[in-house]
Amino acid sequence: MVNQVSVFLENTSGRLAELTRTLGDAGINMHALMVADTSDFGVVRIICDSPQRAKDLLDAKGFGASLTPVVAVEVPDRPGGLADLLEALGEEGMNVEYAYCFVRPTASSAVDVFRVDDDRAQAVLEAAGFSVLSASDLYDV
Amino acid sequence: MPRADIEALQLARLKDLLARVNETVPTYRDKFAAAGFDPSTLSTLHDLRRVPFTVKDDLRAAYPYGMFAVPLRDIVRVHSSSGTTGQVTVVGYTKGDIERWSDLMARTFACAGATADDAIQVTYGYGLFTGGLGAHYGSERLGALTVPVSGGNTKRQVQILKDFGVTVLACTPSYALLIAETAREMGIDPRDLPLKVGVFGAEPWSEQMRRQIEDELGVKAIDIYGLSEVMGPGVASECVHQCGLHVFEDHFLVEIVDPETMEPLADGETGEVVFTTLTKEGIPVIRYRTRDISRIIPEPCACGRTFRRIERVTGRSDDMLIIRGVNVYPSQIEQVLMGVPMVAPHYQVVLTKRGSMDDVEVHVEVVPEFHFDEVRELEALQRRVKTEIESALAVSIKVKLVEPKSIARSEGKAKRVVDLRAEGGA
Repeated sequence: MVNQVSVFLENTSGRLAELTRTLGDAGINMHALMVADTSDFGVVRIICDSPQRAKDLLDAKGFGASLTPVVAVEVPDRPGGLADLLEALGEEGMNVEYAYCFVRPTASSAVDVFRVDDDRAQAVLEAAGFSVLSASDLYDV
Repeated sequence: MPRADIEALQLARLKDLLARVNETVPTYRDKFAAAGFDPSTLSTLHDLRRVPFTVKDDLRAAYPYGMFAVPLRDIVRVHSSSGTTGQVTVVGYTKGDIERWSDLMARTFACAGATADDAIQVTYGYGLFTGGLGAHYGSERLGALTVPVSGGNTKRQVQILKDFGVTVLACTPSYALLIAETAREMGIDPRDLPLKVGVFGAEPWSEQMRRQIEDELGVKAIDIYGLSEVMGPGVASECVHQCGLHVFEDHFLVEIVDPETMEPLADGETGEVVFTTLTKEGIPVIRYRTRDISRIIPEPCACGRTFRRIERVTGRSDDMLIIRGVNVYPSQIEQVLMGVPMVAPHYQVVLTKRGSMDDVEVHVEVVPEFHFDEVRELEALQRRVKTEIESALAVSIKVKLVEPKSIARSEGKAKRVVDLRAEGGA
């Protein structure tokens, strides 16, 4: 499991800019950022190189930040790659709460990030032959 | 003091008072004459219902000194109302008034269980507002160690609470929560502070908020009551049993009236609180309509005091919002929020008009410990808050979840309602 920084954000202009500036000024590099939003508020999800420091910084700046354990999986860059993975989870009756994907410039494969409300997710995916990324693969621990 | 003795004392003081103001305050003389009331004909407390009411506008019209019952040379101090609802009103105190006020505030602290062994931090504002100096003099009269910090600089407040070994905190209930929040931010567990008792007043608060303050600060939270037009703090106070506020009836005559018909209501019935000051010299008020909503609790209190109690003030007849024809008190919203996890009792009601309809949006803060990262859960929380507020108020509203600590904290009275209905709108 890796830690994703989740931030509850009001939909007001400039707020996301403040958030990213806070991380930027502290030299924190983001690998992925995803916004899930409604008309009133959003949840910003961030994979970055130092999640704990990012959370502490954001807390200090008055953001509602928390760390959420998510599964990050290296998905082979071929048709059906993601479908195989989801089927492996589905066979175990596991439901994916949300997912997003990013590509690392240095790698030929994509990284899919999943939030699965089941502790067995990582083991199931490893057993199915997927390469589950550890914290050290993604950020400085 | 047995009831009969209290009432005999009240009647004697009332007769003296009415004769005095009829002599010295033209406003009262004119009011009495217009109502055909002759003070010398008052023979029982029941006759009080023949005496005309005094309202805030009477005091405003008399600005600054028109309602004073003694010459200015006998006045040693003035205070004024906060002016939040319009032109400020000025109240004056003679030396004797200050003495009695100090006694009554000392009585308030004693009701809360404080003694000369305590250290009392006064965080109510010092100045024209009655809270700070009223509590200060009362604390000194009690013989307590008085720490006159006044309002503001919350970090410093926390440091002093800790370093000076303060055992009693006097402030508004919303400020008590800010102090707890600030202490935690400073890495201090507010429960580790030496505080034992909080004496809270100047704004309406709920039973749930009391429990939260008691839990977060590790104190017994006592509700106190007063208003500048009547005297300032020290008009009524809860005792350690926390079941309503004893009105200091040897100095104040309390009535509950129907705010529509102005007819006096029986003990136990809810209406507007009306006070007559029995012993004030500088600026006595006769049947002053407070706009505060409460009821008299006639049953005896476990503490043995015979002064009747009023229920905690849950709202004001002029704070009452009329939303699409439904009467709503902001405190009802607070009460709901206290029962919902993951939201803070900090809220703001924003009223706008959409066409001819009132639009109500309640902004509710999520707590800093909040850790949902799923929109679904956030929406479920939003729906829950909406449903619960709607069922409590019987009016449909919108709920907007806002970031932790984004609603402005107040060091005095919290501003809960933003009414934009008069502007723009339609």
